[in-house]
Amino acid sequence: MKMRNHSYDVAVIGAGPAGLAAAGAAIEAGAENVVIIERDFRPGGILEQCIHVGFGLKYFKEELTGPEYAARFIAEAKKDGVTFFLNTMVLSISEDGRQIRCINSEEGDITLEVKSVVLSMGCRERTRTAIQIPGTRPAGIFTAGTAQRYINIQNLVVGKEVVILGSGDIGMIMARRMTLENVKVKAVVELMPYLAGLTRNRVQCLDDFGIPLYLSHTITDIQGKKRVEGVTVAKVDEKGKPVAGTEFNISCDTVLLSVGLIPENEVSKTCGVTLDPVTKGPIVDNTMQTSVKGVFACGNVVHVNDLVDNVSVESRIAGAAAARFARERHDADDKVVTVNTGENVRYVVPQKIDLNSGVEKVEIHFRVRQPDRGVIIQAVCGEEIIHSHKCQIVNPGEITSVKVDLDKIRNGNADEITVRVIKEGNDGN
Amino acid sequence: MMETREICCVICPMSCNITVKAEGRKIISIDNYSCPRGKEYAASEYLDPVRTITSTVRAIGYKSPVIPVRTSKPVPKDKIYEVMEVIRGLECSEPFNIGRVLVENVLGTESNIVLCND
Repeated sequence: MKMRNHSYDVAVIGAGPAGLAAAGAAIEAGAENVVIIERDFRPGGILEQCIHVGFGLKYFKEELTGPEYAARFIAEAKKDGVTFFLNTMVLSISEDGRQIRCINSEEGDITLEVKSVVLSMGCRERTRTAIQIPGTRPAGIFTAGTAQRYINIQNLVVGKEVVILGSGDIGMIMARRMTLENVKVKAVVELMPYLAGLTRNRVQCLDDFGIPLYLSHTITDIQGKKRVEGVTVAKVDEKGKPVAGTEFNISCDTVLLSVGLIPENEVSKTCGVTLDPVTKGPIVDNTMQTSVKGVFACGNVVHVNDLVDNVSVESRIAGAAAARFARERHDADDKVVTVNTGENVRYVVPQKIDLNSGVEKVEIHFRVRQPDRGVIIQAVCGEEIIHSHKCQIVNPGEITSVKVDLDKIRNGNADEITVRVIKEGNDGN
Repeated sequence: MMETREICCVICPMSCNITVKAEGRKIISIDNYSCPRGKEYAASEYLDPVRTITSTVRAIGYKSPVIPVRTSKPVPKDKIYEVMEVIRGLECSEPFNIGRVLVENVLGTESNIVLCND
């Protein structure tokens, strides 16, 4: 067996879209040897099973499938000389971020010595357990992503008649995919009064095929002993509680869950990275550096994105910063400004801004709590409004962003700023 | 006879419900749009709706049992199921290259069925 190098400038954990973009950017920024550690048998991450189109409209100005989008970054990383450790699972990172312990069946338990780390492990799906659906425990209940992997990679059919809980993008995309494979999708049931995913997916995945969408409804019971036989669906009130008397039954042999994604940070926790209780991902600054010096994070491990194109952009920032750190280790505490969430803002990324990071503008991404129209998005520093723009529509399902000028923060001499979304005509002046 | 149809625009997050009135293939009016791109989308979605189809085909000697395929460009919406029938009948062996054409001009749509992974 060939003995591989175990010492690297930058180690990237996970070869999905975030890791691939970060690795490429690290090489471009001057890192000499970069390794990506991936637990699957090939790079590409979740994109390998996302065979629908819709990727790359922003980044490449083309409409690509997931595998096509991934292939471009894989080819670039290989051309750049990035080392891939495939079929390799990372177990832990040392608290100083300099050692990565991982395991594979060729070399066993190995430790890589590294100068900086990029966390890009993505996210995982919430399950039935996470949302506590009552009923029996039969076979035939899958997360939408598991069904996607079965159908698109392993060529396995999950069932004949399906009810989907949750209107997330993967759920809607699977509704279309299964319909095209002659599986009957009987309903998509959404707890909230609005769609969780993108409107274009409702139009092209549900409306095109006449699949009913029940907003403000949920599954209150699953029936069946060995296999799912049906579900009970009920309307919910404003608090999300089922309304008595509104129940109806749908017979089906399969239930798919598309009820949200959670950043996968088991490995991040091993080196003591501080997590944001709302995003469930690491708290990062504008270079995507976490609370542990030299450990960076990008993509869905930080916060669940709705477009991979945004992940690629954000990950390039992380990769370049990791390369810079590998070159000139920087342990000093810089002048850091905290970004707070104001009115109708659920979370922000980055949560910190390093005023000495060498950039003049920082783009802050955020999600709103409630859908709204005719709003003003503002960044406020002390009493002063340092950014303000009108926005016709905001929606919890779609990330919004605001660009702030660091000079304006420096002038304000404050150690925190706040992002808020207020009604037009109520701009506080 | 005049037909009125609501078309939900997918160009941007505004998701305007655009009203198209037409007699046969002649569009009489388009209302409730917010931008020129929306107006254009509504017209083409009314007259000639198209969709890109993606699926998988059985792959012999590939790293997984199936390999993904797509139509190289969108095909008329009413041909979706017919194109799916063509795809269902396909099988593929090496070489596995992105863009490799499996079926040229599928059902006269001027779109090819191509591999989209390697």
